[in-house]
Amino acid sequence: MCLAIPGKIVELVSEFPPVAMVDVTGVRRRVDLGVLVDDLPRVGDWVLIHVGFALSKIGEQEAEEQMRTLRLLGEDRAAMEEVRGYGLEEPDRA
Amino acid sequence: MKFVDEFRDPAVIKQTIEEIHKLAEPGRHYRLMEVCGGHTHAIYRFGLKDLLPPGIEFIHGPGCPVCVLPMGRIDDGLGLAKQDGVIFTAFGDMMRVPGAHGSPLEHKAKGLDVRIVYSPTDALKLARANPDKHVLFFAIGFETTAPSTALTLMRAKAEGIRNFSVFSNHVTIIPALRAIIDSPDMRLDGFIGPGHVSAIIGCRPYEWISRDAGKPIVVSGFEPLDLLQSIVMLLRQLRAGEAKVENQYRRVVPWEGNRGALAAMAEVFELRPYFEWRGLGFISQSALRIRDAYAVWDTERVFSVAGVRVTDPKAAQCGEVLKGVLKPAQCKLFGRECSPEHPVGALMVSSEGSCAAFYTYEHRKAALADLTVPA
Repeated sequence: MCLAIPGKIVELVSEFPPVAMVDVTGVRRRVDLGVLVDDLPRVGDWVLIHVGFALSKIGEQEAEEQMRTLRLLGEDRAAMEEVRGYGLEEPDRA
Repeated sequence: MKFVDEFRDPAVIKQTIEEIHKLAEPGRHYRLMEVCGGHTHAIYRFGLKDLLPPGIEFIHGPGCPVCVLPMGRIDDGLGLAKQDGVIFTAFGDMMRVPGAHGSPLEHKAKGLDVRIVYSPTDALKLARANPDKHVLFFAIGFETTAPSTALTLMRAKAEGIRNFSVFSNHVTIIPALRAIIDSPDMRLDGFIGPGHVSAIIGCRPYEWISRDAGKPIVVSGFEPLDLLQSIVMLLRQLRAGEAKVENQYRRVVPWEGNRGALAAMAEVFELRPYFEWRGLGFISQSALRIRDAYAVWDTERVFSVAGVRVTDPKAAQCGEVLKGVLKPAQCKLFGRECSPEHPVGALMVSSEGSCAAFYTYEHRKAALADLTVPA
């Protein structure tokens, strides 16, 4: 539960509430930016995602390392299941 | 050192392990508590214990949200799911956690409308899509998760969605740490601080641990190198007779925390006078309840909640394991009546629970070793 999933912001979908489209290893889902209102990420930034909310901005290399950690922990499948589940499995809006 | 080569920077890892061996004083026993369940999982998965001097012992902390939830709260939530027109939603982690009369998943099999959501905003979305139903979100989690629930409730209020409520089981880490430090059967030398909780609360809330309790704490990331570096930082402090709060996970954790997230939590939640923790008992001001301004979205006020109290199965020793007094394998049920396939206690359900982690990595290893024919 406390592991977070890295994703890249590919589009800002709405300003109020702040929502962005993120890409997590090719899967695109909407993620809420409400936790980061003080320092909103931009398109191209990487974030750590937890329960559908961007929790923290990170660097690209850190994002890679986080994905690697999830793989090492055997949590990558559960993480992708979580990401795919965001939005109650809406069709991909790639 | 089987896994070391899979890690990033194996050379740096080896160097760090060597440094730990140099810093650990021979004959001295170090009891280090990793507070977060994600760290517990990582320590077992990476086999860190096998890489470190024998004097370093990990004591598994209370930072696994489903593990510390008393069974009665699950029964309370599922009791409401039985009411007509209620959709019970929770994270996947909750689904297999046993209540006194079965887990949410078993209730779903019996025909109750129980659904997994991966985000609280999806529970709210279900409420929008089902205006004739009431969607109950069974919220769990520490400060990592509580801001997301708070923001979801703020959205519900802004949109005037009234067929949605949150059954808050959110807990706060600091009072649990205080209870553990104050516990007379607990002797700890230092703490590995939680990573993502600290991304929200920052490092300041831990200052009393160094100031009042005289223990060092290092907030840590989740990679093998993060954990090993954190152990070096702890050992250096212990060697120098220091007790400071240090931040190893600077790339994610700001010292002051995340103000926006804390503001959202403060808008929606207030501290409960007390809350029951599995294994730790009642701890004052250790959990979050919903403020009056959001009362119409508070499950505990929308419905009458039974307030069920269930004692854990007698033979199960979840409490002692949660406090770190017993190791998972020392519980009478471990690996026999209680396994990840048939969990009796929550510690065996979540991958962050110390029993599930121990079972998956250590117990299996030992079982395989038993099968090996000596050459």
